[in-house]
Formats: sequence, structure tokens, C-alpha cells
Amino acid sequence: MGRVAAFFDVDGTLVKTNVIHSYAYTAFNLPSLADRFTRALRLAAALPIYGLVENINRKTFNDLFYKNYEGISEDRLIALGEEFFENVLRRALYPRARSLIQRGKEQGIHQVMVTGALDFTMAPLARYLGMDLMKANELEYRDGFAVGTVKRPLLAGPTKAHWIRQYAQENDIDLDRSFAYADSYSDYPMLSLVGRPCAVNPEMKLRSAARAFDWPIMNLA
Amino acid sequence: MRMPADLGEKPGSSNLRRSLDRDLTRQIDILDEKSAPRIIHSGEDILVEHLPAGTRVIYPNPPMQPLANPRAAVRYALTHPENSEPLYALLKPGMKLTIAVDDISLPLPMMKTPDIRQSILEHVLELAADNGVDDIEIIIAVSLHRHMHSWEVKRMVGERIFNAYWPKKLYNHDAEDRENIVSLGQTELKEEVALNRRAVESDLLIYVNINLVPMDGGNKSVAVGLSSYESIRAHHNSHTMVRCHSYMDPARSALASSCDRMGAIVHSQLKIFQIETCLNNDFYGDSPLKFLGKREDELTRVERTALDATVWSLNKMPREAKRKLFHSIPANYGLVAVNAGETNAVHARTLDTNFAQYNVPVRGQADVLVCGVPFISPYNANSILNPILVQVMGLGYFFNMYVGKPLIKKGGVLILTYPLTDEFNATHHPSYIEFFHRLLPESNDAAALEKKYEEEFARNPAYIDMYRFGNAYHGVHPFYMWYWGEAGRQHVGKTIIVGSQTESVPRLLGWDSAPDLTTALEMARDFTSPNPQITMMHHPPIVIAQTE
Repeated sequence: MGRVAAFFDVDGTLVKTNVIHSYAYTAFNLPSLADRFTRALRLAAALPIYGLVENINRKTFNDLFYKNYEGISEDRLIALGEEFFENVLRRALYPRARSLIQRGKEQGIHQVMVTGALDFTMAPLARYLGMDLMKANELEYRDGFAVGTVKRPLLAGPTKAHWIRQYAQENDIDLDRSFAYADSYSDYPMLSLVGRPCAVNPEMKLRSAARAFDWPIMNLA
Repeated sequence: MRMPADLGEKPGSSNLRRSLDRDLTRQIDILDEKSAPRIIHSGEDILVEHLPAGTRVIYPNPPMQPLANPRAAVRYALTHPENSEPLYALLKPGMKLTIAVDDISLPLPMMKTPDIRQSILEHVLELAADNGVDDIEIIIAVSLHRHMHSWEVKRMVGERIFNAYWPKKLYNHDAEDRENIVSLGQTELKEEVALNRRAVESDLLIYVNINLVPMDGGNKSVAVGLSSYESIRAHHNSHTMVRCHSYMDPARSALASSCDRMGAIVHSQLKIFQIETCLNNDFYGDSPLKFLGKREDELTRVERTALDATVWSLNKMPREAKRKLFHSIPANYGLVAVNAGETNAVHARTLDTNFAQYNVPVRGQADVLVCGVPFISPYNANSILNPILVQVMGLGYFFNMYVGKPLIKKGGVLILTYPLTDEFNATHHPSYIEFFHRLLPESNDAAALEKKYEEEFARNPAYIDMYRFGNAYHGVHPFYMWYWGEAGRQHVGKTIIVGSQTESVPRLLGWDSAPDLTTALEMARDFTSPNPQITMMHHPPIVIAQTE
């Protein structure tokens, strides 16, 4: 019998932020005032489009959105990731998220964060929560600067499920006895992959799916 | 001790005597060809069925006379307790006082307001205030049951107490709050005893109970109601549950013995003042459905028409609407006894009253036992009676409604009526869903499931969170329901469910299925003998067979 793992989505599930918050934080904390201004303006103008695209296809949204990071240096992003955690994420963390993970660790359940957010924003959070592994999207860099694209395969929706299946095969994880926690219907593939799915603070579409399938619904918010 | 003339005799004693004086055969009808069809509950529906001539129908005893002045009886019990100083003498200014109350699993269905817990709490709080006690917390002793919703708590304790205490000083016990669970040691049989910290650290713990059936109350109130999974697993296990003969006969119940051993540890470290109440079985009162409580052969023409109309209407109503309707009708229970003081002394008196209300002497066991499963159990107040709970109603509760010998012979057939589906309430019973769909296809052996899966469910972080901060039963609870049914499962030769809406659900429960009662009785004859002794337990309300 293989090991048991718990796979966690992050945005909306463990914390009440999303990728837009982390980019906005980055944009507003760049050294150049002009750069800050331009990026903030561009973000504000594009928000309605992001909202529309996210509702249609999460993967396209990520592709489109991560272009915003183009031209920002890698070391700056890592430093801002740490700051973002201290100033934003730690406070946005749902109070019971940590104990949920702690109880799982006590049971010997392998704790894995699987998120479409960017690795430098998630690494401090994963450390703080005591995750055994973090799998997040990674930007591509050229000469130390982000080029505005994400390494493939981009982690979102079905590709999260694909990664989990592959990871489980390679690491002797029994998916039938494993857990998955997510808040959005876009993570339906990941939830349906494991024997113990759990809808956490679910939006309406996931809530109705969870009800239809008798999945547990948890409210960490 | 004599009570003041205006109060009559001490609650309990006179009722017991009245019951013993009763004509002991009056509660049993033997049917013949001319007998009227019997009313049988089937979830939110009512069946009206002809049973074969010779069938023995056991009816509940008539409701005991409720106490004329319940408030006076409560006051009297608090000031004239058993083996204890009066409550006022135990209350001191500056002391830390905790009051624990039974949860929504009692009584069934909920009683008309004011709930007896409200009446007692009002007395106790008034007495505490008069004696300068202001550090008071009220804990709902939910054990591993679901936390009560705030609106349920409000109904139970009344608006005044709710507004003054909820949620800081009136709250649900949390068996998974490690910081606030204290170990008190182990019994001589290495049973872990652990309790709510506030209760342990109080100068006085008052427990307010409703003793609906004889397995309630006594040492079980505190030792289970305010405890933790680590402690409860000592007796809520497949091994202990099959050594109860029956749950309703504490003298022959391994569960009750375990609670008594734990109670001895608890009492050596805590000062407890136990208040136990007994209700009569006036289920219907003056409600429009009161004809359901009458003998079928005694129904008037008007009542028969009302019965037909009720059956017709229920058949036409959507199930959810029927469920809402039935859960919203409170029972007319009246207070018949209140005893207070030292736990064991109080509980002995309580049991006398329970037995007097419920026990019906029965001569001889049955080959075939027919029980109608109603819409409610202790675990689905304002919720759905899911298949695991139907199982516990049949093999756990109805099978165990005996003192002496089981009403059904070893290897006999138990026929239950209930429109089984795989419907669950995901808010209240999330772990039941996994238990049902994931474990039962693998095995229905309680000991095997316990060994392989209990710990996994009990420690599931999601279920723990949903128990602590939502309104879910603890992850381990479906296991307890399955253990609860294990003695019955091992005893009966076959269980047949009448009216199941699906074929798969009875199969998962290990049951046979019949479309109607006539077919079920045919199947039972094939399994037992061509001319079996058929008995029907006519509940609700509660009836316990005192079988010779």
C-alpha cells in the first residue's frame, strides 16, 4: 500500500489572495517610479479582460497574466516574494489552514502544495506551513530578467491533475487514499483524481459539483 | 422522605408503583382475521398493512401522568437531592461553575417549548446568581456528535439565556480542542479518561440531562458527553458493543460498566451535581396526528378517514417537504420525574421511572420481528436519516429494545420498513458518505473495519475541521453506528427492508429487500418456518420488551 498525500491548491483555498494581488504587490514595489506607474496603469486597464478570460479558461488567463512580469529581475522577484509573504500572505492566510496541515503531518500524510501561482511568491508560504513539497509555476528568465512566459507545462486546471498523477506514480502515492483541497471549479480535475476530495470555501460552481458528488465541503474562510 | 403535600410524592416512585400495578398484558394485541390493518412508520410515510392472524403487536405503555407543577418539582429536586447537600449549599461566591447540558440528540423529536433544559437552567442560574456565583459557563455536551446550530441552541435554552451567554459562555463542547482536553488517568482496565478542561477546573460541575431511554444518563453523561475520541474509543468499539445485553439494560451492558468505571475516576477528581429528568412518552399529544398513537381497532370512523387522508397526502408530497414537516412538529412530552444529587443515586431513581414508562412484559421470543423505522433517530435531528442511520435504528436501537432476552430469536428475521435511498446530509454526515461508499463495498464486518480504517477516519484533518468549526459529526461517528448495530447483525439470521428505493443500498448493508410487507413475510417464512411467530413492535413512541 502506497503513501497517503494531501494536495492543496492555495489561492482561495488556504489564503484569501490570488495571483493578481501578488503581481500588484510586485508592480507597486519596483524601484523605478515610472515603471511602477506604467505597470499599475496597465494592470488596472486589463483587469476586466482578466476577469473575463479567467472565467473562460484558467490556462489562457495565466498565460496572459504572467506577461506582466516581463523585464523584472529574478533577484528582485525573490526578494519581493519574501516581502509579499510577510506583508500580505501571512495575514491573508485562513486561520485554520495551518492546523489542517499540521494535523495531516501528524498522521504521516505527505503535504503537497500544487498551485498555479508563481514559485517565488509561494516558497515562503510553503515553508511557513511546513509543506513537504511545493509545485508552482516558474517564470522563464533570460540574463536574469523575466521574459513574461511561464515554463511549460503551465500548471493550471487539468495540468495540475496530470502532474499529481505523475508525481504519485513516481513516489508510491496511493491516490485512492489521498486528499485534495481546492476552492475553484477549475481544480475539479485535481479533486476528482483522489479518493478524498474536499471543496474548501467553494465558489458556486464547485459547491454544486461537490453537492452532486457528496464531497465534503469545508469552510476555512 | 415525604414531600410537601402540594407536590405529592417524590417524582419517580409513585409512577413506578402505578406502572407495576398496571394490567401487564394490556399492551399486547394478538391479531385475528378481523383485526384492522396496523399503522407502520416508514420514514416520512405511513403504511397501513394487514398482518397475518396470530401476529403479536406490542404497544407502548400509555403516557405516565406528567407532574402537575414541573417548576416546583425542579425546585424540590435541587433543594432535596440524593446523597448530596442541596444545590444552594454548594454554590459559593467567587466559585467557578460549569453547567453541562445534553445536546439535540435528546429528546426525539424535539419537545415543545420550553424545553426542560431551559426550565432547569433558569432555576440553576437564578440560584447561582442569588449565591453570588458569576463565573458561569454552559457547555453543550455534544461529545463526538455534531455541534448544534445557534438557532437550535436558542430553542433549547430559551432566548433570555441564549442572549446572555451565547457564544462565549454557552457553547458546544469540542472533543478535538487538545488544549482544552485534560487527562484524568486510566481505569483499572486501562480505559483512558479525559474531559473538557473547563469542567475539570471548575469548583462544581452541574449536569442537566434528559433520560429518554435507560442507556442515557448516569456516568455516561459526563464521561462521554464532555470527553474526547481517545477516551470514548475505550467503550465505543466493536468488542464492547457486542457485550451489551442490551444497551437498554445497564446492569447487563458492557458499555454502561465501562462508563461506570470511568465515572469513578471522574468523581474522584470532580465535584458533580447531576440533574436527571424523565419524560413520558406522550409523542402525539393533542396534535392532528394523535390518532397514530391509538390502537387500530379502536379508531373511530372519523379517525380512520383522517388516517386515509394522511397516508394519501404523504404519498403525494415531495420527500424533502415531508421531512421538513415532520421535523418541525415537536413532541408533547411531559416531565414525569426530576432527580438531582449524586450521580449513581440519582440515576437509580431515573432508571426506575424509565423502566416503568417503557417496559412491557413479553412472554417468548419471536421468529420474525417487524419494526417500522420512523423519520428520526438520535443522530438526524433537522437532517436526513441516511442508510447508516437506518441500519442503527434497526439493528442498533430496535434490536436492543429489550430487557432479559432479545425479542427476536437467534437466527430470526428482522423486517424493517423504510424507503431507503443513498441520500446523505453532507454538512452533518460527511464521513458517513465515505464510510458508506468506500468501506461497505469492501466489508461489513465491524471488527475488520475498525482495525483497518477507524483511526484513519478519526484523524482525517478535514473531518476534524468540519466537526470543530462546522456542524459535522466527528469522522469516527459512522464506525460507532456500525458497531452499535453489530450485536443485532450477529444475532439475526436475516434483515429484510421493505420499500427500499434502490437495490444497491440494501445490498451494501447486507440486507435483503422486499417491495412490500406481504413479500417480506413470505421471505421470512421461507427462511424460518412455514408458521413463524411474528411480532410487531408498535413504535413510536418508545417501547422496551421485557422478554421472558
